[in-house]
Amino acid sequence: MAKFFAETIGKNSRIDRLKDDLFRKMPEIESARARLLTESYRQTEGEPVILRRAKAFLHILQNIPIIIRDGELVVGSTTLAPRGCQTYPEFSYEWLEAEFDTVATRSADPFYISDAAKKEIAEADTYWKGKTTSELATAYMAPEARRAIEHNIFTPGNYFYNGVGHVTVHYDWVLAVGFSGIAERAKTALDACKVSDADYARRSRFLQAVLISCEAAIVYAKRYAALAKELAQKETNADRRKELLTIAENCEHVPEHGARSFWEACQAFWFVQQLLQIESSGHSISPGRFDQYMYPYYKKDLDEGRITREFTQELIDCIWIKLNDLNKCRDAASAEGFAGYSLFQNLIVGGQNAEGLDVTNDLSYMCLTASMHVMLPQPSLSIRVWNGSPHELLIHAAEVTRTGVGLPAYYNDEVIIPSLMSRGLTLQDAREYNIIGCVEPQKAGKTEGWHDAAFFNMCRPLELVFSDGMDKGELVGIHTGDVTKFKTFEEFYDAYKAQMEYAISLLVNADNAIDVAHAERCPLPFLSCMIEDCIGRGKTVQEGGAVYNFTGPQGFGIANMADSLYAIKTLVFDEKKVTLEEYRRALAENYGKGLPASEVEYILSEVVKDLRRAGKRIDESGIAAAAKTLMAPTNKYDKLLAMIDAVPKFGNDIEEVDAFARDVAYTYTRPLEKHKNPRGGQFQAGLYPVSANVPLGAQTGATPDGRLAGKPVADGVSPSAGKDTHGPTATANSVSRLDHFIASNGTLFNQKFHPSALSGRKGLENFVALIRSYFDQKGSHMQFNVVSRETLLDAQKHPENYKHLVVRVAGYSALFTTLSRSLQDDIINRTEQQGM
Amino acid sequence: MAENYLDERGRIFDIQRYSIHDGSGIRTIVFLKGCVLRCKWCCNPESQEYKIQTMTVQGKEKTVGQDITVREVLEIVERDRTYYRRSNGGMTLSGGESLCQPAFCEALLRGAKEHGLTTAMESMACAEWSVIEKILPYLDTYLMDIKHTDPEKHRRFTGRSNELMLENAKKVAASGLTELIVRVPVVPTFNCTQPEIESIARFAASLPGVKKMHLLPYHRLGQDKYDGLGRKYELADILPPDNETMDRLAAAARRVSGLDVQIGG
Repeated sequence: MAKFFAETIGKNSRIDRLKDDLFRKMPEIESARARLLTESYRQTEGEPVILRRAKAFLHILQNIPIIIRDGELVVGSTTLAPRGCQTYPEFSYEWLEAEFDTVATRSADPFYISDAAKKEIAEADTYWKGKTTSELATAYMAPEARRAIEHNIFTPGNYFYNGVGHVTVHYDWVLAVGFSGIAERAKTALDACKVSDADYARRSRFLQAVLISCEAAIVYAKRYAALAKELAQKETNADRRKELLTIAENCEHVPEHGARSFWEACQAFWFVQQLLQIESSGHSISPGRFDQYMYPYYKKDLDEGRITREFTQELIDCIWIKLNDLNKCRDAASAEGFAGYSLFQNLIVGGQNAEGLDVTNDLSYMCLTASMHVMLPQPSLSIRVWNGSPHELLIHAAEVTRTGVGLPAYYNDEVIIPSLMSRGLTLQDAREYNIIGCVEPQKAGKTEGWHDAAFFNMCRPLELVFSDGMDKGELVGIHTGDVTKFKTFEEFYDAYKAQMEYAISLLVNADNAIDVAHAERCPLPFLSCMIEDCIGRGKTVQEGGAVYNFTGPQGFGIANMADSLYAIKTLVFDEKKVTLEEYRRALAENYGKGLPASEVEYILSEVVKDLRRAGKRIDESGIAAAAKTLMAPTNKYDKLLAMIDAVPKFGNDIEEVDAFARDVAYTYTRPLEKHKNPRGGQFQAGLYPVSANVPLGAQTGATPDGRLAGKPVADGVSPSAGKDTHGPTATANSVSRLDHFIASNGTLFNQKFHPSALSGRKGLENFVALIRSYFDQKGSHMQFNVVSRETLLDAQKHPENYKHLVVRVAGYSALFTTLSRSLQDDIINRTEQQGM
Repeated sequence: MAENYLDERGRIFDIQRYSIHDGSGIRTIVFLKGCVLRCKWCCNPESQEYKIQTMTVQGKEKTVGQDITVREVLEIVERDRTYYRRSNGGMTLSGGESLCQPAFCEALLRGAKEHGLTTAMESMACAEWSVIEKILPYLDTYLMDIKHTDPEKHRRFTGRSNELMLENAKKVAASGLTELIVRVPVVPTFNCTQPEIESIARFAASLPGVKKMHLLPYHRLGQDKYDGLGRKYELADILPPDNETMDRLAAAARRVSGLDVQIGG
């Protein structure tokens, strides 16, 4: 077994050099992929789509410019510029053209784009009109689902405009047999096809596409081998020349064949990780249990005296750097929701094997150390915790947390394993789970989880209860009756549940439409060749080739809805201090705190329409005066706000309120799990917001918990900001009372600590005890921001001094200075739990 | 003590969960109201008077002080049992001076022990020995404040001389019934010099069984509370000791006592 108390290795100076090079300039959008993809598509018109995909992949990898950056030990870059990105017009392209002139200056995740690249991308885009997944998905969607999206009830933006990603492939296959070995399997399956088979057409073309895709990966690696050799010849530094020659040798051998050394295993891993992100723009391509599948190669080299622990650490650090070299440009609105240039490449250490034994090893520790060395958001490092986890592993993880890098996130085997089994995974598969993206558990190499399938705003259906289903003059929900006529809380709650069920059915419609569009227009043969049982079933993951199929849209705003419904129950029905009519008016008028400008604009345009219809003259100064009145704050609802404030809130360890919150979460999780997706799988809920609680809060009116219009909604399963006032244990007790098992697509619980709470060995011990205790009570996930408020305020003032400052946003870490101002403020304002 | 000791009532001014600097592990601190001393640096001035007071906090009036039974306190303490189990934590009494409410203090500690929780108490030991003697069987850790060895200086800054407390410290140590840890608030102008800290350290080392000493640097976090109570804060001009001073004092204390001396709780 591994040496658990082995010395932590120091950082090689190479790592800081690589990191500095990475951040020398602003990320850049490059055009090569868009051009090459389109060239290929123009030549394959009329062929089966699966072959067109494979041929385009091959054409891209044969021709895309390649580069080896100074000092790299593991090579393979998608763009010439560090942290650059390519574009993926086959999914959608209009947004980028529309944002060509603003993408470099927008507040969240700006990208530089040259005029030459703009021209080349625009030229390629002309081909894609009417051919994208996004356009097909729109055509498949029910009109009422489209309307719900327009009215911000939910947003399926992620896969509507991009690839799906959100997967962990069989890295272990590539490490063991290489793409030549995988191609061999495909070849055998192809040879077994009879031309008279019912599914011959699709199966045979898919298997041919796999063969082309494997070839593409091999060709690409060999281009790197040649480049490394060429650079070695020019290199004057003898040490570097030696490194380049080894890199050349590595790329000559992997990923075509199985890896012969740990270094080769690292290189093979990297090509898989990188190329998956060239095939499609889907993010959250998660390395998963890196410490497990890499271990045999490390162990063998170590036992044979061919590697030192120091060099192993250096190679892992280099991979961590590479994971930050990849990037993705999203549309401006999505960039707010996924802020921080994040690719959510989730890598997890520790946990059990299929037999239920703890398999923490030396690499588990080194992965944690790598995040401390590199201090960057990628990979999204996670750690599995269970009763058998070594204490020292958790202490080492706590040391990483203490640095303030926002990593790792902690996951509870004792919840996730039974939760996955309740969705049909075998015990053995469930025990080997890893995390995708933010917080979504699944079994690697067997799952198409469609995690992160949409953001569902639980607050909006409550607004529809108050408006009888109407929003801005249109029927968006269903008619649940005049809210002021409800006599009991049950009637009110039933109306909410009815609005929820209807909105959820529209969400399902939208997701399934997008799902079908991906299968028809962008099946992915390269990805599919590393997922069970695509080769056996003869189809891609997009068409249902994976063993386990799910769709996991995430609900958010639980705390706001729990507090809102509890306030209505208490003030309107139990204590009869407020009527629903008064509540309705207060919400419509944003508690007298001034309506947001967009709302005022809408109201006035309606009034103007009415006046015109009535044939009246419209006086501009009258409208201006009306606008002023609507936006002017008053204090006439302050008494109501004070009453709401006095009602107990979720997050304070009050059983009754917490039990109520648990029930409110069921209004989302239970109706959702009844629905099916086109890949033969089921829907399952997540309860987490990524960073969308800020932008989507901006689209949400005032809520009955006293939250004003436009303010952020609560983050994940955490209480509303500042409403939990009894310290971290009370908050954790409350959150643990939600049902984390039914939210099998993951829950997210964020806590923010002052560094003093983790000082010394004692601080670490207490911190680990806090996590253990939350998990004893069956919480599923926990993550921490350990940065002082003063540091964050100073970083807002002097961003130039904090280029590398990483904070935990939602299910991931991001560079603080790249976040929009409103999200920065939200992070600063979250309750800071101090050890007292 | 009466069998219905769980119904014993006392007066507290706060219960603070997730406290990690007063005793081992994650703890819940129960702050008892009322104190015999009037330390000029006291960061909880609302703890000093036994009577229920009104204090202005961030512009709002707040009632300070609440009468509560042992049972009610323990119900709150019980909520974090899972954290105590994982961290070897428990309940800590603080104040004020808990010994000013002897029956309540004893009942709280007894209740916690009988329900399987570990106990600690922050106290100056400023009470009759007969009071202290009764609680020792229920107390795992005694975090005893020893502020100064000079009786006159002690009287000037806290309102009372220190003879009784030093005497009690010796008796507690001699009893062997509880782990005794000596805590020193390090306050500039009062005891923030090497000879003064060394003198306390020597005294601590002379107590049988004492292994640990905590030096707690003075802080000003309680200053606003004086305004809130309409009182004048007499130490307004004093700055907290810097890290170097604290390190120097801790090293000196270690040198003369051989104890495990740490900065902070």
